[in-house]
Amino acid sequence: MYKIFVAFVKKEFYHILRDRRTLIILFGIPIALVLIFGYTVTNEFKGASIAILDQAHDELSREYMLHLQASGHFEIVGNAYSYEEIEESFKSGEVKMTIVIPPDFGQDFYRGEKTKVQFLADASEPNYASTLINYASQMTRKFQMEKRGNQKRPFQINIESRMIYNPRLESAYNFIPGVVALILMLISAMMTSLTIAREKELGTMDLLLVSPLPPLIIILGKVTPYIILSFLNALMILAMGYFVFDVPIYGNVFLLMGLCILYLTTALALGVLISTKAPTQQAAMMGSLFSLMLPTMLLSGFLFPISSMPALLQAISTIIPATYFIEILKAIMLKGVGMEVIWFPTIILFLMTFFLLGVAWKNFEVVSK
Amino acid sequence: MKRLLFIIQKEFIQIFRNKAILPLITVAPIMQLILLSYAASNEVKNVNLAIVDQDLSSYSRRLVNKIRISDRFSIIDASYTESHVLALMESGEVDIILQFPPNFETEFLKGEDISLRIQVNAINGQGATIGFSYLNNIIQSFNQEIQGEVKGMPRKIKQGGIEIEHSYWYNSELNFQHFMVPGILGELVTILVMLLTAMNVVREREIGTIEQINVTPIRNWQFILGKMVPFLIIGMVLLTVGLIAGKLIFDVPMRGNLALVFAFCALNLTAVLGLGLFISNLVDTQQQAMFVAFFFVIIFILMSGLFTPIESMPEWAQYLTLPNPIAHFVEVMRKVLLKGSDFADVMFNFRATVVLSIVFNTLAVMSYRKVD
Repeated sequence: MYKIFVAFVKKEFYHILRDRRTLIILFGIPIALVLIFGYTVTNEFKGASIAILDQAHDELSREYMLHLQASGHFEIVGNAYSYEEIEESFKSGEVKMTIVIPPDFGQDFYRGEKTKVQFLADASEPNYASTLINYASQMTRKFQMEKRGNQKRPFQINIESRMIYNPRLESAYNFIPGVVALILMLISAMMTSLTIAREKELGTMDLLLVSPLPPLIIILGKVTPYIILSFLNALMILAMGYFVFDVPIYGNVFLLMGLCILYLTTALALGVLISTKAPTQQAAMMGSLFSLMLPTMLLSGFLFPISSMPALLQAISTIIPATYFIEILKAIMLKGVGMEVIWFPTIILFLMTFFLLGVAWKNFEVVSK
Repeated sequence: MKRLLFIIQKEFIQIFRNKAILPLITVAPIMQLILLSYAASNEVKNVNLAIVDQDLSSYSRRLVNKIRISDRFSIIDASYTESHVLALMESGEVDIILQFPPNFETEFLKGEDISLRIQVNAINGQGATIGFSYLNNIIQSFNQEIQGEVKGMPRKIKQGGIEIEHSYWYNSELNFQHFMVPGILGELVTILVMLLTAMNVVREREIGTIEQINVTPIRNWQFILGKMVPFLIIGMVLLTVGLIAGKLIFDVPMRGNLALVFAFCALNLTAVLGLGLFISNLVDTQQQAMFVAFFFVIIFILMSGLFTPIESMPEWAQYLTLPNPIAHFVEVMRKVLLKGSDFADVMFNFRATVVLSIVFNTLAVMSYRKVD
């Protein structure tokens, strides 16, 4: 039986390896994802385009503008002369924020009067707008302190802060575990659900089922090559994270690998389950797209914080395997802890796997009879 | 013309007969729109905090109370020692630890240099910075409060000050959903149409029905057009339903001209359809089609400015968003709906999409071989 199984796996492997395009995609998507996330997906901003409506035109207002520009966070792309012009530049998207400097800016400041600077932000993009305003406010305060000469005041509570696990606030620390979880889910679950659905659609599944091979061997034979491929992929992503983006792995590498395999199995179980349900490849694809890829991307805490979601979505995130796997990856890689901390998510993944395999098995028996 | 109509009719029958696909192009996108719009928020609404209070003074209690009543923080744990809360941070239950040193209050009243210690779980750098700044704000305002109570605090010398006043245009409540819904709708319409078309021709080839079409006197362009029109209509219907849902559920503002939105959608869909068909012509199996389409979809979404601003990308990457139809659609939807931008403001996107449409469709027609 073992020999037959190996032969079957070999045959499936040939199928995959012969298909160059799929192979390119299989390794291309992960590489592209890691690079895109690493280099382009960022919320920090540099060189945000702002405009100035300077009603003072004095020494201080010029110094203030230079001060804003010198930080590199802002790029002054133009001067506005009226509020209508500000609106126009917002609508065309050329400018994200306009700073209005009042007349007599310098005069009032040096005389010890209050003077009022206005920040008008295009808040159709709320986060961007509030970050811009925060930055500009901070820089304005700093400018004011510099102009007055720094005086230390008593009765000041200082803050000593420490950013732990990621002192340089690298975004790669956050996205590499997420990408690993996403890719393993995509490849293991979607590919398997498709291969099995394909056999069904083309009618070749019936041929396999009447062959002397037991159904379990057929499923395992179809799944094994994808286990190996997605595991290779996981290693590749972790290596890219380590060498290209300096994401450390502080914990036990073997524990990490072992839990990768556990998660792979969970994903595969899901894939098999979908394929037992889906009559065609198209249905399998749509099924895995909506039930696997999007939830994994959006509700696992990979892109958006779970704690900010409404209660219903938080509840959904607890049944998504990636939620637990990302937790495990971050714990092992970045915090360098072991089983004593991650026993809970590990047990959940185990239970999920058994449950999914059970349901898939039951479905499959019905289908094959 | 008549032939074209027949093909379109046939496509529609094929789509509506397919019971597995039907719910996926009707219910699923709307569900997604709702779900995504709730989920896709970068706001940090809740920070889990642990407190180590070695001072146990009235000041420390007052500050803790101030934190407790702000709706941003949940105080998970309060303890006298650090090791216990560090374990909580390790297991991920706590995001920030705030620590009061012993004699915090007495030293403060003496006017000595003292500091509070804050430790932040910074794996998610952005979240950490935001959480830290929330806490910092509370501490600063507390500091001002108690400074006022201290005797012997030097009177402020009269000094000029720059006061800051800010206003948020177009979205004064900073409602994140108003920003996300138009973008997500644009993304959903594009992707659905692209995936469906990408698998379409290759499906005919795989199940053998393409042979039957090949023996008919249909021309290439008729075949391609016949495939496109039904999906174009589906895309437009989806946009309409999505806009209605966005208005009813999220009260998304629609300041601009809706005709502009629909016109751009139609244009954008022709571009995407061309790309989908091109992919379909290029590959041999539906599986390949799906993966090639996915490859594009993932890159298109992540580099569309939907979740993270394009302006923040490095310059080379910003150029890469030019041939991305989703990026244009998302931008047009947001500009027109939220800001009421007019045609002149989105002309660039129109031009770019016309070019994309021509390029993708030429590729699609050229790559379709009726006879192998």
